[in-house]
Amino acid sequence: MTHFDVATAAVQAALDAGARYADARVMHRRYEAMSAKNGEIEDLSQSEDAGIGVRALVGRGWGFYAVPDLSDAAARAAGSRAAKTAAASARVPGPTTDLTPVGAGAGSWASLCEVDPLTVPLSDKGDLLVHATKTMREHGADVAEGLYQIWDTEKWFVSSEGHRIDQHIRECGAGISSSVIGDGEVQRRSYPAYRGQYGTRGWELVQELDLGAHAARTAEEARALLTAPLCPAGETTLILGGEQMALQIHESVGHAIELDRILGWEAAFAGTSWLDLDQLGSLHYGSELMNITIDPTIPGALGSFGFDDEGTPAARRDAVREGRWVGVLAGRDSASVAGLDYAGSVRADGWARLPMVRMTNVGLEPGPHTLEEMIAATDDGIFMETNRSWSIDDKRLNFQFGTEVAYEIKNGRQGRMLRNPTYTGIGPIFWRSMDMLSSESIAWGTPNCGKGQPGQIGHTGHPSAPARFQNVRVGVRG
Amino acid sequence: MEDIARRVLELVGPGVEAEVLVGHTALALTRFANSFIHQNVADATTSVRLRLHADGRTSSGSTTVTNDEGLAGLVSRTREAARLLPPDSGWPGLTPPAPIEGEGNWDEATAQASPDARADRVRAFVDAAGGLETAGYCRTLYVAGAFANTAGQSVSGRTAEVAMDGIARANGADGLARLSSRRLSDVDGAVLGARAAAKARASTDAVELPPGRYEVVLESSAVADILQNFALYGFNGKSYNERLAFAEPGAEQFDRAITLVDDTLGESGLGLPFDAEGTPKRRVAFVSAGVTEQVAHDRRTAAEAGAASTGHAIAGGGSFGPMPASMLLEPGPAAGAAVEPGAVVDPAAAPLVASVERGLLVTDLWYTRVLDPKSLVVTGLTRNGVWLIENGEITTPVRNFRFTQSYPQALAPGAVLGVGPSVTTVPDGWGPAWRTAPALRLASWNFTGGASG
Repeated sequence: MTHFDVATAAVQAALDAGARYADARVMHRRYEAMSAKNGEIEDLSQSEDAGIGVRALVGRGWGFYAVPDLSDAAARAAGSRAAKTAAASARVPGPTTDLTPVGAGAGSWASLCEVDPLTVPLSDKGDLLVHATKTMREHGADVAEGLYQIWDTEKWFVSSEGHRIDQHIRECGAGISSSVIGDGEVQRRSYPAYRGQYGTRGWELVQELDLGAHAARTAEEARALLTAPLCPAGETTLILGGEQMALQIHESVGHAIELDRILGWEAAFAGTSWLDLDQLGSLHYGSELMNITIDPTIPGALGSFGFDDEGTPAARRDAVREGRWVGVLAGRDSASVAGLDYAGSVRADGWARLPMVRMTNVGLEPGPHTLEEMIAATDDGIFMETNRSWSIDDKRLNFQFGTEVAYEIKNGRQGRMLRNPTYTGIGPIFWRSMDMLSSESIAWGTPNCGKGQPGQIGHTGHPSAPARFQNVRVGVRG
Repeated sequence: MEDIARRVLELVGPGVEAEVLVGHTALALTRFANSFIHQNVADATTSVRLRLHADGRTSSGSTTVTNDEGLAGLVSRTREAARLLPPDSGWPGLTPPAPIEGEGNWDEATAQASPDARADRVRAFVDAAGGLETAGYCRTLYVAGAFANTAGQSVSGRTAEVAMDGIARANGADGLARLSSRRLSDVDGAVLGARAAAKARASTDAVELPPGRYEVVLESSAVADILQNFALYGFNGKSYNERLAFAEPGAEQFDRAITLVDDTLGESGLGLPFDAEGTPKRRVAFVSAGVTEQVAHDRRTAAEAGAASTGHAIAGGGSFGPMPASMLLEPGPAAGAAVEPGAVVDPAAAPLVASVERGLLVTDLWYTRVLDPKSLVVTGLTRNGVWLIENGEITTPVRNFRFTQSYPQALAPGAVLGVGPSVTTVPDGWGPAWRTAPALRLASWNFTGGASG
């Protein structure tokens, strides 16, 4: 049997058991990660998993069942179990569930990949991390760490509406960090981000990062932080580096525009959203420089795909245009409830998890300035870069983020280094204060976005560039 | 599963140190929002993890493909990886044969709970909320595992859990009820739904108070967050070896009222009776009457520290380090006369609230993140209900705060004004772990921002 045959058998079994709609995903995923510490390999993980997840809609209730067995019998049993689980949902029924039409059909898609990362010899990959962490150690790091991760995912999707789609998505990335231990505190500098940079690309992405060339600097900067003055407390002009902007977009825009949160479907755990659908199209989210897109078609970005896990073809869409909120991340059922005619942002963390609304590539379109111009145009402010901590409330309004390093800005010049920088604010007030935006955009990848129960890890992309904000509270500490 | 472990060791062949962990997990979760079931999922997965040490080199791998081809592939990939990796000078050796105590916490009814049984509990929660909007989940889980290594250790066990976690919502205010247990019969949706609804109704029209330092009573759900961060960072043997953790064995780092243990096999424990390296689980005291005793170790971090494994190895945890999953903060002495808890106070917190002249009752902490691992300064928010306490009485619902607080400092000598006389076990928000805690009355908590910024 082909994987399409297995998925078709599962869908048919769900229909036979009473489902009015069913879909099935067969997935085969290989994962490899290596970490090094202080010039030695610390850990190598290699895993393989394969299975089928079946989703069934019976009456007004959903059910999902998954097994790691790709036999015809197991697939049929999974389809039947999914329908039975859906039937139990009727004990606490909701409103009638429909699915926004997205068109059905066959398709095939593969991500960009010049160098298959799983074929690069382990010894070469290990040498890269050993060399970088050894260099960091030699330049003053107490704990020098390096990491790469590789995901190779093949999936086959079939639905009772006629979808028949296969995809092959390869993702990888890497990063290094230096930690130094001071008197009762730890300072860290990372490159290019704490967990690294990731994309739907091959090993060429890691080669382009050139980790070794940045190793000495991260260690030296981390050590310098130990004696740097504290980030002052107060309100100031804040410039954020591009990687921190990616986190800012992810937390205070990306999650806020997830339609399942807006509808209350995540209320008890991940939370809701401060956004009200009645204001879609009219709400003033940010300044006129703020243009946010939902775009899974960006080549090489971590949130890219050909079709989402409901079979909806990837398409670009505006979320915020010239500061006005105009779009959401939606799935077929949530879009139907909200009266929207688009979906396309539903994915699952493997075959054993239910597809749910997830960010794809949610990014900020570049602006007209450069980082250098923004600093030159600032009389008194702070420049922060490289995320260190993040916390935001359940409505995605009240945030407090910390970065690894900051620099004082005085009279248009970048000055002394500052340690333990934090800034805090309320989402829309913060975004409305953005008055300069750089053109230096990079599609940052976030491979660790948690959501859902059972918990799922999502991979998202965030094109972003440095930006400047006014009257931001900084220097919050315990 | 024992058969799978044996087959893998046979495929590895002689002359190699190897260990195999086979786990079967059946997870079912019925989720509700807007007072109806909107997600209802289940999966049953068997996974096999192999770690081997050959010619001085170590590697590991895992698979869910358990047919002959899949297992052979696992062994082949892992052996090839070991051949290509540099020598592992820190290899701690395999766990020697050692007996385990029992098979683990187990309840057949929990393990075999049907979708209908979970849906019935959701129905009861929704109905007990009396028309308020509700959201949450009911989860049942069972895990069976078998471990074998070439040093002769061979153990197996099983465990089961039920958890329910839900909120009721009244005019934008949320009330929480959260409980986990090994026994399905312990979880009553009606009791939890009524508690969540009472808290929600009492949270409406909350006022905003200025940020600053307040005396607090943290209910068990909030205390659980402290335990979770202690588990992840404070008592992690790898962080300790790297001097990134605050723990200093032998030092009086906490108030004398604080005794903190990890006890997988106890009444409030969750998990198999052995860890990912086959080390038998036992009760481990991290803090006794305020004195830090030890940190959690797997075999590698223990060897580095010159200690013995405490049985806290996690599968694939080489880069993260060992972590306890059944943390228990011991309760305080029994209260005198019974204190009427009222509508919003968890009965376990009532005696503490009664002794507060002016402070805040905090139900839950949310989205907590570490600003500095060494001092364990954490920022986060309150959630699901905060009230002003005046002269031992709940007087006013308060809007949520942001806080920035060193967790060990909050529990430092002299900082703990009271420990509740009973404990509640709550599920981890993310993975299969439990935190069991009483309510705590603390002298000071640093609220650094209000709901509006």
